[in-house]
Amino acid sequence: MSTSRQWQTFNSASAGFLRDADVLVIGGGPAGAWAACSAAAKGARVVLVDKGCCGTSGATASAGTGVWYVAPEPAKRLAAMESREKLGGYLQDRAWMARVLDRTFESVNLLAEWGYPFPQDDDGELRRNNLRGPDYMKLMRRQVRKAGVAILDHSPALELLVDEDGAVAGARGLRRQQGDTWAMRAKAVVIATGGCAFLSGGLGCNVLTGDGYLMAAEVGAVLSGMEFSNAYAISPAFSSVTKTLFYGWATFTYEDGSPIPGAGSHGGRSAIARTLLTQPVYCQIDKADAATQALMRVSQPNFFVPLDRAGIDPFRQRFPVTLRLEGTVRGTGGLHLTDETCATGVPGLYAAGDAATRQLICGGFTGGGSHNAAWAMSSGFWAGAGAADYARQSTRASRRHFQAPAGVALNDNGAAEFDPAGITRAVQNEVLPYDKNYFRTEGGLSGSLAKLDSLWAVVRGAGQSAVERVVKAREAAAMLATSRWMYRSALVRTETRGMHKRDDFPELDHRQRFYLISGGLDDVHVWARPAAHHPVLENAA
Amino acid sequence: MIEVVSDTRCILCNKCVQVCPMNVFAAVKDAPPIIARQEDCQTCFMCELYCPADALYVAPDVEQITHVNEHAVQANGLLGSFRGVGWAIADGADSPMDQSFRLTSRG
Repeated sequence: MSTSRQWQTFNSASAGFLRDADVLVIGGGPAGAWAACSAAAKGARVVLVDKGCCGTSGATASAGTGVWYVAPEPAKRLAAMESREKLGGYLQDRAWMARVLDRTFESVNLLAEWGYPFPQDDDGELRRNNLRGPDYMKLMRRQVRKAGVAILDHSPALELLVDEDGAVAGARGLRRQQGDTWAMRAKAVVIATGGCAFLSGGLGCNVLTGDGYLMAAEVGAVLSGMEFSNAYAISPAFSSVTKTLFYGWATFTYEDGSPIPGAGSHGGRSAIARTLLTQPVYCQIDKADAATQALMRVSQPNFFVPLDRAGIDPFRQRFPVTLRLEGTVRGTGGLHLTDETCATGVPGLYAAGDAATRQLICGGFTGGGSHNAAWAMSSGFWAGAGAADYARQSTRASRRHFQAPAGVALNDNGAAEFDPAGITRAVQNEVLPYDKNYFRTEGGLSGSLAKLDSLWAVVRGAGQSAVERVVKAREAAAMLATSRWMYRSALVRTETRGMHKRDDFPELDHRQRFYLISGGLDDVHVWARPAAHHPVLENAA
Repeated sequence: MIEVVSDTRCILCNKCVQVCPMNVFAAVKDAPPIIARQEDCQTCFMCELYCPADALYVAPDVEQITHVNEHAVQANGLLGSFRGVGWAIADGADSPMDQSFRLTSRG
């Protein structure tokens, strides 16, 4: 890798807070919490670090989610696998879907044992298809602590550390509220830092800036499916609340009150996006009867809070809506996995949750509303176990030499630092607009890439960021790197598949049923790998 | 964004400083925490949910500061009211009112 010449020897004695672990989990959302629990259950000494706070950080904690929880009956499982295959462009892998359904069933039942208060239906059965974020993640934090895992909140990781052979050997970061630094010597690391939503203001998503992608790429990991990175969620125009279930009962209108043709929450977001390019879009939840309205209020109270506080009755009044980019949070691209332990291919490095690709169960269609939650608990469980097994077998116990990639914003080269806010705004200018990212064209993507590549040259040449700015600088760099993997991949996929919409190639091309792998920092490369065997498609062909 | 820390209600527990995912608050010795980095607030309501004293108010606008009046939100019962909308962790309820399964089977 072109970055190797800049690697610097890392002296762990320089850290204010130093600890050894078998497994270090970076990120304390659902995937990280499950990873920490499963690694600890294997007897590993585990430390979990979170940029914010395990229990409230991330897309799940402040929102809530459906869960892909399906009883182990063959007909139901088959129907569950088939239900989104076409939407996802047949990029799912049936073997992975089956094992995620198995694992999710076990994990959700564990949640019930641990005390998650699932509601009962009229037959007295517990309904386990939905988790409310605040309750779920408070429970998970408690389980992580019970498992003996040390949690460091407000302790963003800045970069991974490797040993002399290039195997991952820990990480280093900041303790923001103590004002000092930390370093962990770990035999294995799980990246569970979530996806990248580009600070677009979606509910709980501003912590999700692609940090783990950047850290992993700096030590040689690659990504997969980054063209499936343009999920947009509906929210009131002024609000962060990107909960979208209830828009299924809505009518979307122009300023004058007339309905927007084809606009809808499911299958009609393109019409909303095209309208928003030139004028505001309004919405009213006018198709819910009184009984449904009452169910909505008690089921997702946080949907109503911003509307209530703004004095809007969404059942009787129109309110302006927008589409917020949720990038790879509800998109499905992420770190490429090389085996069933959720290994990344870099020795000692594992990935879970939205930090990893979800194409294996979602294809190119959004993983929001059930699949991502199932993936977080499943991949977290496997990554934690895989990391613990790797740590136990590791003969690298007595490492003495640590190397740090000294990547962007961390390279003490004497040059002036870059302005994180300026870089962030410049990246947002290329990735948020619907006419660049929702509706893609070769010209648009190439134009954006020219700008993004020159931004990368700027941050690459810049020097070390001051400690009070380094977290934002690393976030800006991670979003910039993510945008380049996204658009390079989007340029290569000359078709429309899943959420990836090319206005210049509006049809699905059967010859492009493959995965796109992307990697590299200074030079971004994209290459194809064959998709999994599909029983029906290939027999029919 | 977070707009109100009520000095009269705050019990100086600094729970908001701990739970805010964006590190928006800063603890102050022997005083209520301050909103130190308001522009970083992502309007996720977690601070208000975890505040045991109903001392916080998150205004619904994620795009701009709206200059909410503390006395107004206290008078109309909104201060700290995110806690009371039905979360099991805030109410201590064993059986939450989550009826999503009835909606997803209809919708």
